[in-house]
Amino acid sequence: MLALLNEKSKKILISSKFRNLISILFIIFLSLGLFEALVISPKDYLQSDSVRIMYVHVPSAWISLGIFSIIAFLSLGVLVFKNKNFVLISKSLAPSGFIFNLIALVTGSIWGKPTWGTWWAWDPRITSMLVLFLFYFLYLLTWKIFEKNKAITISSYISIIGAINVPIIKFSVDWWATLHQPSSINVLSESTIHSSMLIPLFLMTAAFALFSMLIFLMKYNVELIKVKNKGLNRI
Amino acid sequence: MYGKKVRLRIVFIISILTIIILSVYIILKLLEDDVVYFKSPTEIKQSSENITKKIRVGGMVKKDSITLDNKKIFFIITDFKNEISVIFAGTVPNLFQEEKGVVAEGILQDNNLFIADKILAKHDENYMPPEVKESLEQK
Repeated sequence: MLALLNEKSKKILISSKFRNLISILFIIFLSLGLFEALVISPKDYLQSDSVRIMYVHVPSAWISLGIFSIIAFLSLGVLVFKNKNFVLISKSLAPSGFIFNLIALVTGSIWGKPTWGTWWAWDPRITSMLVLFLFYFLYLLTWKIFEKNKAITISSYISIIGAINVPIIKFSVDWWATLHQPSSINVLSESTIHSSMLIPLFLMTAAFALFSMLIFLMKYNVELIKVKNKGLNRI
Repeated sequence: MYGKKVRLRIVFIISILTIIILSVYIILKLLEDDVVYFKSPTEIKQSSENITKKIRVGGMVKKDSITLDNKKIFFIITDFKNEISVIFAGTVPNLFQEEKGVVAEGILQDNNLFIADKILAKHDENYMPPEVKESLEQK
């Protein structure tokens, strides 16, 4: 029991040390990214300055999809192997994924008005993103409603079932006629975004990823402390 | 390798996922007409039934096809195989241009005339600074 507690304390210590490093990196990448996105990078030939919304919209969408995929994989481990640590990691990852999903929807809407001429369209890409948002919402809500053991199972099922939606989001623009443009960055072909615009895009992606990491470590720390305190109470 | 319970849990999860994926696939296939945001002029001309409800037509605005006539705008949507003429009274988005993507929402009058009550500009996947666009055009 004591050995286990020591291990938990060690984890708490490590994650708080990491936090300082990540905070510094986050500030560096965010300032570089914002400077590139708002000052150095050029206007678009068609959209003019509203192209700059992309530097927030696209990284947010990527990260919300990435985090949901990680949660789904970890949840498989939770359900099949009853891994308790995966529970804590998934639970701590969810809030930042949820927030970035919301940011992607809102910035998309703000971009849609001047570009398409509408705030919202029931287009497959946008609707599937809204569905992901609802899955995140359900996932987070489960932890508030059910007692712990039930919440572990139900939230894991929610994330695994929600993961079916992830490839639908990714390929919606290829499978159906959508108002949303197809992806500009593909693994196999050259990007259709000019290189001067890719720099702020990748810098902002790094900044947002670091931010999610930071929020994750804070949440994870809280979860570890909760587990540790419960252990102490039992003794 | 793993215990019996673990194997059974894997089978259980895979079965659930298979059922849901198949159901989602069937639903999306059945509703394909409603899932797509717009139809191309070719798809509209090929459909045998008479479309009377509100639909969306999408494609490119044909070159030199935009004409203005007090408060009304006429243009042609093309998918380079078939085309449909569109009438619209109202303001178009800033990005509405010839040879750019467009989605018109409204009612099909006959096979060649579409009365739109909403025009949306479709943006493509290309992002570049104006100078690059100019040098591309000069080539």
